[in-house]
Amino acid sequence: MTVQFQGVLDAITRVRGVRGAMMVATEDGLVVADTLMEGVNGKAVAALAASLFQRLRQATAAAGIGRPGFVHLQASEGGLLALDPGGEVLLVAVTDPEVNVGLVRLEMLRASEVVK
Amino acid sequence: MVDDLKGLSAEFARDPDSLVFLRLGEALRMRGEIEAASRVAQTGLERYPDLPEARDLYARILVDGGQIGEARQVWWGILEIEPRHLGANKGLGYLWYGDGDLDRALEHLETALAADPTDQSVVQALRVVRMAAAEAEEMPPAPAIFEGLEGADHGLLLVDQRGRPLGGGLKTPQGTPVADEVAAYLGGVGDEAQRAARLLGLGDWQWLVTESEDGNLHLTRPTEGSLLLVVRDRSVPAGRLTYLAAKANEAARSWLEAQQL
Repeated sequence: MTVQFQGVLDAITRVRGVRGAMMVATEDGLVVADTLMEGVNGKAVAALAASLFQRLRQATAAAGIGRPGFVHLQASEGGLLALDPGGEVLLVAVTDPEVNVGLVRLEMLRASEVVK
Repeated sequence: MVDDLKGLSAEFARDPDSLVFLRLGEALRMRGEIEAASRVAQTGLERYPDLPEARDLYARILVDGGQIGEARQVWWGILEIEPRHLGANKGLGYLWYGDGDLDRALEHLETALAADPTDQSVVQALRVVRMAAAEAEEMPPAPAIFEGLEGADHGLLLVDQRGRPLGGGLKTPQGTPVADEVAAYLGGVGDEAQRAARLLGLGDWQWLVTESEDGNLHLTRPTEGSLLLVVRDRSVPAGRLTYLAAKANEAARSWLEAQQL
């Protein structure tokens, strides 16, 4: 992993309530780079985030609203955020339930400028 | 028929610049050979991209292949060049009838009839749509799930877990009804959201928001076996979208509970 990518992922994980951040190959769901807290299964996050993103891409295309840019899945004990910078990778973050989503989104948008 | 096909195929191979592709494509379509018909139509379209008859053939093949949205786009393209085109108006009339939009169906079928008053398929279709329109006027309105809510007929969609629409409606920003197509995908999205949340130790998924190029989408579960989709253009902020979704969720849950009584 390059120092540059490590830096942007670190900035996301510094937001309180973020358990980990990673870059994932959109098409095959493989991990490109990550900074994860212990107990977070990076390979599973990558595969599931990419798969969910692909499913959503079909739905948004059918609805005529284009490609998804940012996705927020909220669950009872946490959340999964994914941002598509427009290339071949996704930025993904796993969070606690009460995280400030606005802040995480902002850091992910900043990171996307580096990743593009 | 087989001899016809052989003859048409041979003629097409001999002179690929001729218009025989129209007859060959139609013959293949009638035999249910959709992929072959599509290839022939697309080859013809490469040579005659603006020929309305070529586009009309391709649209009919798309319908047979289940690509309703694409077919609609092709027919609309024809009407931009030739507003009174028989095939395009007939095709759009059938599609609007299938969507339950009887006014638009009547409009296109009446234009088609004006283009060719002897076309018996149009005459018959008009009779059916006019009868349906008359019946609809006599029927009391069905209780609407999202009555009174903003976007009830074009941006709120309730589906079951197998991807079948239960109520509401959804249209693209261009006004094309897409409830059936989107509903079919939503079942998979809901399953995937649940799988992701469970496997990542996040508990049960509650809702999902997506910001897309031309709109925002909110998906939630009013009950265990249903999904509620709210779609708005990008001018509607995420907070308002969540508020709308909460109101719609309440309405959907009440309606679903009433169905179980």
